[in-house]
Amino acid sequence: MSEEERNVVAPEQVPVADSIVARFGNALRTDDRDGYEGYVVSVESLKDVATVLRDELGYDYLSSVTGVDYFDEGKIEVVYHAYQTSGGPALNFKVQVDRENPILPSLVSVYPGADFQEREIFDMYGVSFEGHPNLRRILMWDGFAGHPLRKDWQEAYFEEENKPFDSRWPGGDVKRSEAENRFGKNVSYPDEFDIDNWAPEDDSSLYAGLNKSGSNGKKLKTDSLVVNMGPQHPSTHGVFRMVVALDGETITDLQPVMGYLHRNHEKIGERNTFLQNMPYTDRLDYLSSMSNNLGYSLAVEKLMGVDVPERAEYLRVLMAELTRVSNHMWAIGFLLNDLGAFQTPALYAIRARELILDIFEATAGSRMMCNYMRFGGVARDLPDTLRDENTVDFIGDLVNERLPAAIDELDRFLTGNEIVRSRCIGVGVLPADKAIAYSTAGPLLRASGVPYDLRRAEPYSIYDRLDFEVCTRSNGDVYDRYVVRIDEMRESVKICQQVMREIPEEGEIFTGKPQYNVRVPKGESYGRVENPKGELGYYVVSKGKTNPYRYHVRAPSFINLTVLGEMCKGHKVADAVVILGSIDIVLGEVDR
Amino acid sequence: MYGTGILRGMGVTIKHLIDSFVDDLSFLGQRYYSDDALNVRQGTKGRGVFTVQYPEEKLPVPERFRFIPFLLYDEHEDGSRTDRCTSCGICAKVCPPQCIWIERSSDPDTGRPIPEPTRFFIDIDICMNCGYCAEYCPFDAIKMDHDYELASYDRTEAHIFDKDRLDKPVEYYASICPTDYASEEQARAEEEAKKAARKAAAAEKKRIAAEKKASLS
Repeated sequence: MSEEERNVVAPEQVPVADSIVARFGNALRTDDRDGYEGYVVSVESLKDVATVLRDELGYDYLSSVTGVDYFDEGKIEVVYHAYQTSGGPALNFKVQVDRENPILPSLVSVYPGADFQEREIFDMYGVSFEGHPNLRRILMWDGFAGHPLRKDWQEAYFEEENKPFDSRWPGGDVKRSEAENRFGKNVSYPDEFDIDNWAPEDDSSLYAGLNKSGSNGKKLKTDSLVVNMGPQHPSTHGVFRMVVALDGETITDLQPVMGYLHRNHEKIGERNTFLQNMPYTDRLDYLSSMSNNLGYSLAVEKLMGVDVPERAEYLRVLMAELTRVSNHMWAIGFLLNDLGAFQTPALYAIRARELILDIFEATAGSRMMCNYMRFGGVARDLPDTLRDENTVDFIGDLVNERLPAAIDELDRFLTGNEIVRSRCIGVGVLPADKAIAYSTAGPLLRASGVPYDLRRAEPYSIYDRLDFEVCTRSNGDVYDRYVVRIDEMRESVKICQQVMREIPEEGEIFTGKPQYNVRVPKGESYGRVENPKGELGYYVVSKGKTNPYRYHVRAPSFINLTVLGEMCKGHKVADAVVILGSIDIVLGEVDR
Repeated sequence: MYGTGILRGMGVTIKHLIDSFVDDLSFLGQRYYSDDALNVRQGTKGRGVFTVQYPEEKLPVPERFRFIPFLLYDEHEDGSRTDRCTSCGICAKVCPPQCIWIERSSDPDTGRPIPEPTRFFIDIDICMNCGYCAEYCPFDAIKMDHDYELASYDRTEAHIFDKDRLDKPVEYYASICPTDYASEEQARAEEEAKKAARKAAAAEKKRIAAEKKASLS
């Protein structure tokens, strides 16, 4: 790919052409609610509009699909954010259905990347998508009663609609919820549920959907069988389950099953105040908490309309890029673990990561749960000293010498290794068109030859002033994803070096007065950042109160898994492990 | 040639192996259990093995390290204590997992609230160490601790810290966070000075007004 092609200049937003608005007539109207943007589409024409957007206007990348329960209006709204892979801002279109009987056409045939997200909406809001190939619950288990993100659904140990809870102050008297609700009394059963005659459901519906047809069997007789890899399996990076249909040792179909770590992050987020969500975002992708913070701050700052001081912007970018290095170190180290090179490469990779975490710890107070950013800046400035050294010197040493050396060493250690090459080249190939259609993001997308990086496509913070390349490769296999990660680390280090050169010596790090409970103006906003694992988006709806009315996380690990089955077909079981490792998932973010 | 990549990779491994011995030699076998060696091992210049022999060795925690809040009190010369906490409740309100319970004291006769807590609980099972309570406390009355070794055999009552368990003297805070403490004390002194100046100015104004009034009449 040539230089010019790589740095595609983001075009101005193409408004939905008037002719198309006219073509759809009443079916497409501008969303005129206060603080909202985009278009409201009628249920009947949703699919047509989506097809036109994709084919005629170039909105080929469906970033996020999510629901909002407008309880008072009796409506459930499904919100779509589509992008052009050439760059530019989002096109946001919505469709509203009745709360009582919500049925929508599925967009999986137009945007295959909507698959898991529609299942999530089905799970969380009970919206059925007609024409969805596999409409089952995804995060909750089959047989779960209710739809948790509906506003009238209440969790176990429910206390109050919104935090802060009244019981805490001024008459605070601690009571353990376990003491109040003894074991066995803390659950409620739906009316029609008969506990005595209940048999746990098996996964027959899941297994029935698998393609078990073996193409083999000519020379060697093979059996077709279903194998459950996980939830407890060391290669799945957490509690993640792959149901694999095999013909001999060849994968004919693969279905990811998730939700074992589900805690309904979004429901918790809607109970929380805006500020209280910040430390919770750390726990999504716990390997890159700084970037998670950044995405959420951007979304809320958009609503609040606050500016971030110069020095704080530099600090944010520095932290986000150090996070990218540490995350990719981890990803590469553990990809090698998945390949069978136990611990040695992983240990060499995370050696430099330790020092990055030292910076986080000294600045933010914690190595992994940083909770560093605030709406309008960052929490603290850099400390004066770190490990008896001047902090600026420490970071300078790290980004100018230590990290480049560590990356070079990793490169020398692994890139040319014949075993790595033979295990990775040509495995899990994902062509560019499929990568876009399945809404994959991050290194996965760029390794397939799509130069789509939010830092260039829709620059946020100060990335438009920084000099760096968008790293791409063209084959889209596991090896290319590994190489893209190595390249990205180099670019990140380059960014860190620029930041350390250009950062203003003195200056504010926060706009305004720190407030512990902010009231955020009405409206919706979608803030997204290029997380190390891909596009991390936050969709926030505020009703002008101190709590978000809707808080949705577009988790890159989760959506990248949509294409896992597709990539694994035809490979061996051992390759499935490697392909999963090359996506680089974190279950805290997948299950939310 | 096939295999050169593997050989080059092994070169890296051997370099790591040698590095660890070089380090050993440079410390004359005193690689472990000394603060200097630990600092080098864990710093930007460290090479070779970088493991810490916990619990014999512990990494020094930076000042801003945060782990479970505690309450500050000032100890006077006669041994009496004043809590810095005024039970304003901001920490309980900002706490994301809502793990702080405060009971405000009130005057037994008049029923008016007194600015100090009767009871103060933190459920450390729920606490997520985010540090908001310390960050938003307007009185520097609650701070994050450095003591991370809190394992215990009881997982119920022992994990609900009451006021006795949470109270720590200001000197303790000054010892774990010297720079933060210094800057806070300075800010507080400036604030006090400003207040005093304002008070003096107001008194002066009053006096002048009174004099004027007196001269008029």
